[in-house]
Amino acid sequence: MSETTAEGGHGAVPTGPEIPSGAEPTRANTRRDWPLYEVFVRGKRGLNHVHVGSLHAPDDEMAVHAARDVFTRRNEGVSIWVVQAKDITASSPDEKDPMFAPAGDKVYRHPTFYEIPENVPHM
Amino acid sequence: MSAPTVARPTEDELQAHFDATIAADRRVEPRDWMPEAYRKGLVRQIAQHAHSEIIGMQPEGDWLLAAPSLRRKAVLLAKVQDEAGHGMYLYSAAETLGADRADVTDKLIEGRQKYSSIFNYPTLTYADCGVIGWLVDGAAICNQVPLCRSSYGPYARAMIRVCKEESFHQRQGYELLMTMMRGTPEQRAMVQDAVDRWWWPSLMMFGPPDDDSPNSAQSMAWGVKRHSNDELRQRYVDMSVPQAEALGVTLPDPELALDPETGRYRFGQIDWTEFKQVISGNGPCNAERITRRRAARDDNAWVTEAATAYADKHSA
Repeated sequence: MSETTAEGGHGAVPTGPEIPSGAEPTRANTRRDWPLYEVFVRGKRGLNHVHVGSLHAPDDEMAVHAARDVFTRRNEGVSIWVVQAKDITASSPDEKDPMFAPAGDKVYRHPTFYEIPENVPHM
Repeated sequence: MSAPTVARPTEDELQAHFDATIAADRRVEPRDWMPEAYRKGLVRQIAQHAHSEIIGMQPEGDWLLAAPSLRRKAVLLAKVQDEAGHGMYLYSAAETLGADRADVTDKLIEGRQKYSSIFNYPTLTYADCGVIGWLVDGAAICNQVPLCRSSYGPYARAMIRVCKEESFHQRQGYELLMTMMRGTPEQRAMVQDAVDRWWWPSLMMFGPPDDDSPNSAQSMAWGVKRHSNDELRQRYVDMSVPQAEALGVTLPDPELALDPETGRYRFGQIDWTEFKQVISGNGPCNAERITRRRAARDDNAWVTEAATAYADKHSA
């Protein structure tokens, strides 16, 4: 028997090596051509749009419709943005980034850096 | 002026950074360096989890056109739609690791990736829809709640969304069963029959015993998995027994008894032979589930092709 696990949330599945396939599938690779969209939802008025996940869609309009069905089935949002993942420019290949190092030694940018006597009100 | 040279981190330094992230119980994010085994293991696990959600639409989907009232039909439709949504969240998480959605779908259909054994059992009566909500989704909740703290950020975030919705799934199932238990003797017998058939397979959802689960240790060390199979199974039994009592059904295990010393329930031996048979493709519905998934891919291909053609035409 192959090894099994329950890691997958919905129950036990084998975790042995994948069974090699003899031939590649022959069907048209249409779905592969649908671009990847990142989805941002404004939960309610007064809040920022927040990234919630991604999906594939043939065009921008369909991406908005799909995003509504996938991410807002229970009033989770009042507004949706979608943007193709390829159009996002990110800071670096790693979340740990020397780009943010300059902020590390500038404690004087924070209000707690300054000592104010206790008897000074409203500060 | 020449650009300052920055030393590229060595493999050891990258590994140390990853280990420190795990040790500090921080989350690993998609573009972080990670060991190849961590990435591959997660892709396999998340894809198989996604497959389970998608295949999991079928047993209950069979009853959509035979729901006993408009209310039950609306509820079941919402539930089955949620399962599709859960599959979408999970495929999306797998893609952050470099997996390709169409590719993993092909692997499922070709039998190269698996899905949960539980969905290879048939739904014989409407009571099965209730028992799936109560027991199968109940077991899924036991498994999934700890995954909300999984070390891989996108997986953990997907699990948080899934768990919020699973609560509806379990409660609608239990409510359905309570309604049937207030009905005729025949309806009560249907509930008991469904419980008899689903109880043991639901215990198998937690996977083999800990001493026969060789991947668990690495998975727990990486913070992907948080509790052992047997611990989660015990937790599930302890939660389910009082729920069965409140419902008025008997769980089909004569050895089920409260251990006064531990306060936990002892239960009988699981039939691991059956489990192995179902896992290896010989369950009652394995072939049917995959056949239908293949048909969904192939018969509906024209829809995706048409949408692509429309998008191409309008972007030209």
